[in-house]
Amino acid sequence: MDLFKLLMAFLIGGLICVVAQLLIDLTRLTPARILVLYVCFGVFLGGVGLYTPLFDLAGAGASVPLIGFGANVAKGVMESVDENGLLGSLMGPFTASAVGCSSALIFGYLAALIFKSKSKRT
Amino acid sequence: MENSKDYKKRIKRHTPKSPIFKDCLLAFVFGGAISAIGEILASLYIYFGAEEQTSYTLVTVTLIFVSALLTGLGVFDNIARYAGAGTLVPVTGFANSVVSSAIDTKAEGLILGVGSKIFTVAGPVILYAILSGSILGVIYYFVTLFS
Repeated sequence: MDLFKLLMAFLIGGLICVVAQLLIDLTRLTPARILVLYVCFGVFLGGVGLYTPLFDLAGAGASVPLIGFGANVAKGVMESVDENGLLGSLMGPFTASAVGCSSALIFGYLAALIFKSKSKRT
Repeated sequence: MENSKDYKKRIKRHTPKSPIFKDCLLAFVFGGAISAIGEILASLYIYFGAEEQTSYTLVTVTLIFVSALLTGLGVFDNIARYAGAGTLVPVTGFANSVVSSAIDTKAEGLILGVGSKIFTVAGPVILYAILSGSILGVIYYFVTLFS
C-alpha cells in the first residue's frame, strides 16, 4: 500500500471536485452539464498526453472522477486508430467506454426492478 | 409595474446565498475520500492478483455498483445533499444519475419508461464522450499520418 499515492489520490480527487463545486456555485452550471464538461475535458487531457502523468501520480484520484472516464475513451480511441486506421475513431470510443456504460445501465436497470422511487429528483 | 432594476434586486434578495467555502470544503473531503477509497480498493485488487489497469477498471465497476445500491436504498441523495460536487464528479455521480432516472420512471413502464429515461443523463454523457473521442481519433489519425 503506497501511502503517498493514497494521499495524492485524496488531494487530487478532492481538488477536481472543488473545481466542479466552484463551477456550480459561481456559474450555475447544471450537474448534467458539469458531467459532460468533465468527460470532454478528460478526453482532451488524454489526447494531449497530460492524463498519464496525473494518473501515475494520483491513481484513483485521477481515474475515479469522470475525467478518468473521458481519458479512458481517449486512450482506447488512439489504440484503436493505431490498430485499425481511421475506422478506429468509430470503434474506439464505444469499446473504451463499454465497462462504465454497461455497468451503469445494467445496475441501473436492476435497481429499477428491485427498488421503488423514494424521492423526486430531476 | 416595477422597473427591471427593482426586479433584479428582488431576485437577488430571494435567491438563497450559497456558502461557497463550506460547499467547496465538503466537496473536497467527500471527493477526496471517494478517490482514496478507490485507491485502497485498487491496491486490494492488485494484491489479489489483478493487473494494474484491470484493477482500476474494477474499482469503477465497484463504485458504480455501490452507488446504484445506495441510490436504490434512498441513501445516496442524503449524502449528495452535503457532498455536492464531491459525489457528483466521481463515477458515483454518473451512476446515481443513471440509476435514479431509471428508478423514478419505473411507473411509466419498462420499455418507454425505464428503457428510454435511463438515458436522461447517461445519454448526454455517453454522446459527448463518443463525439469528442471520435474527433480525437480523426485528429490523432492525421497527426500520426504526417509525422
